[in-house]
Amino acid sequence: MASPDDLKFQEFQEATDLLSADPGASTLSASSHSGATGASLGDVKVDLSDDEENQQENSELLGGEKRTSGFWTFEYYQSFFNVDTVQVLDRIKGSLMPLPGRNFVKHHVRNNPDLYGPFWICVTLVFSMAISGNLSTFLSNQGNPSHHYRPQFHKVTAAAVTVFLYVWLVPLGVWGFLTWKRGTERQISSYSFLETVCVYGYSLFIYIPTSMLWSIPFDWWQWLLMVVAMMISGMVLVTTFWPIVCDETKTTAFGTMVVIVLLHALLAVGCKLYFFQTADVVSPTQPPSIVGNNTAALTSMAKPH
Amino acid sequence: MAEVDESNKPLFAGLSDVSISEDIPVEGEISVPVNSQNPDDEFSTLDEPVKDTILRDLRAVGKKFVHVMYPKKSSALLRDWDLWGPLLLCVTLALMLQGGSADSKDDGNPQFAEVFVIIWFGSIVITLNSKLLGGTISFFQSLCVLGYCILPLTVAMLLCRLLLMMTPEKANNAFELIGFILRVVVVTASFSWSTYASTAFLADSQPANRKALVVYPIFLFYFVIGWMILTFATSS
Repeated sequence: MASPDDLKFQEFQEATDLLSADPGASTLSASSHSGATGASLGDVKVDLSDDEENQQENSELLGGEKRTSGFWTFEYYQSFFNVDTVQVLDRIKGSLMPLPGRNFVKHHVRNNPDLYGPFWICVTLVFSMAISGNLSTFLSNQGNPSHHYRPQFHKVTAAAVTVFLYVWLVPLGVWGFLTWKRGTERQISSYSFLETVCVYGYSLFIYIPTSMLWSIPFDWWQWLLMVVAMMISGMVLVTTFWPIVCDETKTTAFGTMVVIVLLHALLAVGCKLYFFQTADVVSPTQPPSIVGNNTAALTSMAKPH
Repeated sequence: MAEVDESNKPLFAGLSDVSISEDIPVEGEISVPVNSQNPDDEFSTLDEPVKDTILRDLRAVGKKFVHVMYPKKSSALLRDWDLWGPLLLCVTLALMLQGGSADSKDDGNPQFAEVFVIIWFGSIVITLNSKLLGGTISFFQSLCVLGYCILPLTVAMLLCRLLLMMTPEKANNAFELIGFILRVVVVTASFSWSTYASTAFLADSQPANRKALVVYPIFLFYFVIGWMILTFATSS
């Protein structure tokens, strides 16, 4: 077709006309303006596209430039909350469906760890555990006329301390251990502390609906729910940390994984046993019986002396 | 001299004609009529009777209560914020939530300190959260709004206490169930009213793609306070 050549010729003519009219004008060679040929349009498209690899490369390059303000400024902390609603929902979905190939940090967090998700998931978990525990105690004591309903508000404090210590101290330990291991050998760094906290925080999300369903006071139902939740949540942690430790020796790698999973299981089982007690006699009389046991043990130890 | 005086007139009519020769000293006084001292005298509250000061503050608090009960998008709550109203509401709520349960072994209702800390610490955390997410509202304005929007929940607490007093302790189950359902309805209505009122005031200051991130903690906050009200149990 003659039309591309005609258009090209025309543009050149216009440019020369303009130049002759105003010789001092600055000229830009804007080849994207023509838009006549498909090839140039294709070139423009490739350059301006933002596919995943490009974005990730850019963000990795820019990763070192973030958070340059000091820790005493407000902007430093604002950089931890740089997430939109869609991103938070996407990360929560990623924590609910851990596929073996997908690394939570690489796929969902992507160098933008946030503190919004972990913090509010922990707060919600604290209150949902306390409320559901209260409900479950109430429901399991339904037929009992001597039991008087009590809100048991002290459980909120206990739940808060447990959950927040878990989300801050365990990632600190894991991060410290992995950084020490990595620092001596390889140049690929492991996750930053915030990314570790992020993973742990989002992995606790599955426990929120689990704790709400736990209020139904059947033993087998509660144990089944707990196993399912532990498996999902544990998978998130395992798929995240396995690529880091798989280069180590077998014992170190497996040991690290086992410790992570064990701590996670400890949290779940401990919360279940403390907050959701199905038997009636356990809850109001347990504290004095424990005290009684202790004093009995002490007196029995003191007697032979 | 006369020409210099004329140049102060608004029309500057003779300005072009002014020519000051070198050897005539230009002197005079530029005196600005001072009105600034009078407003200070009006707003100084040292000389007025205490009753006037207290009544003025109470009237401001009452006006904001009306704004909360009928939440339109007015900016009056945000413009002149004060923390008297939230303090009053918080103390009232915490006092009413005292069940007076004497047994400390199985402490039931939240203590005064726990309620106080939850309300104030919760408001501070929510305000920090909305500021960190890029909100444009100021710190104390947000505290003021969150505190004032506890008013529907305080009213619900009053109603719940009345309901609990009306149903005798050892009534039959149906009576208790009706009372419980009524309390659930009242608390749910008031907690949704609180959330709606506070989001009506606060949501505009957030960027559009993060609104849900800011509204959720407010919802959680009022839900927890509503739960504390609903599970209030008088000591036997």
